Amino acid sequence: MAEQGVLKVLIADDTDSDRLILESIVKREGHSVVCARDGLEAVELFKSSAPDIVLLDALMPRLDGLGAAKQIKELAGDELVPVIFLTSLTDTDSLVKCLEAGGDDFLSKPYNRFIIQAKIKAFKRMREMHVTLHRQRDEIVLHNEHLLQEQTVAKQVFDNIAHSGCLDAANVKYLLSPLAVFNGDVLVAGIRPSGSMMVLLGDFTGHGLPAAIGAMPLATSFYGMVQKGFSLVDVLREINQKLKSILPIGVFCCACIVDMDFVKRRIKVWNGGLPDCYLYREKTGEIETVRSTHLPLGVSDDKDFRDDCVYLEMDLGDRFFMWSDGIVESRNHEGGMYGEQRLQRVFERNDASAQLFDEIIEDVHSYSGEACRDDDLSLLELKMVEPHQVLASADALSGHVSTGLMEWVLDFKIKPSTFRLFDPLPLLLNILVEVPGLRRHSGSLYTILAELYSNALEHGVLGLSSEWKETPEGFARYYAERNKRLGELEDGFVSFHLSHNTMDDGGSLLIRVGDSGEGFSHADKLNNEHKTDGYCGRGIPLIRTLCESLRYIDSGSQVEAIFSWSNDE
Amino acid sequence: MSIVSSVSDDGKELVISIQGRFDFSAHQDFRNSYEALTVQPSHYRVDMDETTYLDSSALGMLLLLRDHAGGNTASIEIINCSSDVKKILTISNFEQLFTIH
Repeated sequence: MAEQGVLKVLIADDTDSDRLILESIVKREGHSVVCARDGLEAVELFKSSAPDIVLLDALMPRLDGLGAAKQIKELAGDELVPVIFLTSLTDTDSLVKCLEAGGDDFLSKPYNRFIIQAKIKAFKRMREMHVTLHRQRDEIVLHNEHLLQEQTVAKQVFDNIAHSGCLDAANVKYLLSPLAVFNGDVLVAGIRPSGSMMVLLGDFTGHGLPAAIGAMPLATSFYGMVQKGFSLVDVLREINQKLKSILPIGVFCCACIVDMDFVKRRIKVWNGGLPDCYLYREKTGEIETVRSTHLPLGVSDDKDFRDDCVYLEMDLGDRFFMWSDGIVESRNHEGGMYGEQRLQRVFERNDASAQLFDEIIEDVHSYSGEACRDDDLSLLELKMVEPHQVLASADALSGHVSTGLMEWVLDFKIKPSTFRLFDPLPLLLNILVEVPGLRRHSGSLYTILAELYSNALEHGVLGLSSEWKETPEGFARYYAERNKRLGELEDGFVSFHLSHNTMDDGGSLLIRVGDSGEGFSHADKLNNEHKTDGYCGRGIPLIRTLCESLRYIDSGSQVEAIFSWSNDE
Repeated sequence: MSIVSSVSDDGKELVISIQGRFDFSAHQDFRNSYEALTVQPSHYRVDMDETTYLDSSALGMLLLLRDHAGGNTASIEIINCSSDVKKILTISNFEQLFTIH
């Protein structure tokens, strides 16, 4: 269709007068016309001038209309070129033959000008529709190719992040569909410096890209923290907080996370929204289930997040199973659901626990038949083994064992020009929470540091007396004076000495704060009880409760607090 | 640190929200939030939803508020405390002086 609305029409008729009449009718409509006198000529003209609509006389010498129609339709291929037969035949048989040969319609002789015009218009519309349809189809094909390509790239990126873990360790068996990330399923596993194995199986709500997006931050947080030795609860809280802040409301992650200790032979489990996990006892063949007792990840604020876990003792050979709801919700042709009872029967029937994993998959497959394409099946088995069986493979895989901040000493001294502008507490706290084990105590640590620092600065360096704080006016005067003296200060310092040690089951942090002041008589100070009246004097009793020990050194210009933490808290 | 306060339509309740760290630097703002009012509210709420940490000077400030609001007859609720914040309040026996949620 070269010009808007103008068609090129091919007319083939061996009767000169008929052809001329038709030509003039079509031309009067504003279309351009090419004419042929028989079928062969029509086919040649079709090739050379590519008309939009073809009008063919049914009976012509050399090649009749039916033969020409077939060839023209073949040449047109995908393109819709309407072929209309011109005929004086009226018997049903002949008309049917015309349409069967590839004709789209017919016009009876003698011609009716109005019908011809109407039909050309109708076919023009159909042609336009066809062109639109094809263009859209091509676009869809292109978009789909694009999408698949994007998914492949996304999957590669995800694989690089997610599969840096220890899923190939000797005691792990898992099933995860190749494009699981786009079903919202995620499985990550890592070995902590302590030698325990942490595994998380997650199932994001929804499908496709929205479900896949959350898997990235989840995997990076998981691997970053597990390698450094953060505890299960720290990792959980971090992931929950991150997902809560980035995911839109309504998108969240049902997950089960476990920490498997091969030395103590026990497993710590937190289940938020995944189906019951099974612990299979090798000796008795019994199953213990761990029910979901928490909200999924990404739903509650950190403050409301509940992190209590279940501990289970495991013997060598015991197996722990986790799955996404794809297993129990697998459907067969009739739309029935696989269900938990069938799953339990697989365990009951089993007589060789090494086969359990495969038997479960087989049973689900044979139930759902062709309908099941593994798309939504995620299944994981963890076996309790001797520590060396896991660690040998894990070291080989990760290539390095990162331990995070374990044993270290930090000395930090602040001078007057800094007091005025800079609050050292966030900086020190940031360092402390990089220590696995200390992170979950950041609230207490902040309070301890804040108390010790303000005592050293206000009483030691600035020489302020807390007696002022006995009255509301004095309280205000105290802080006004603090600012004033800080502005005038030319000499003095506050020093921090932080030293951290780890033990088998935890660690201890020594905090020594010193100042340039003259000290004070501290003999009675430490015995102050918690008080309920007055506006000051609560700091020291507070620290004494939070810390294992607190003591003043020498003249009282140095104070030392020891904060202890344990793994099992 | 920032302090936001709002009085209910009938003037009977004052809500003070503390964002970030609650320490001496909040002192002036915290005091202004209740001292500047012309009508004394009968009920106070301190919203700690976005409070990350607090120290003993914050405890002193809460007590200043309590005395300002009538001491033993004061009606003050401390709401939305995180577990860290709650721990500090509990160690200092503040649940005897305030209603803590």
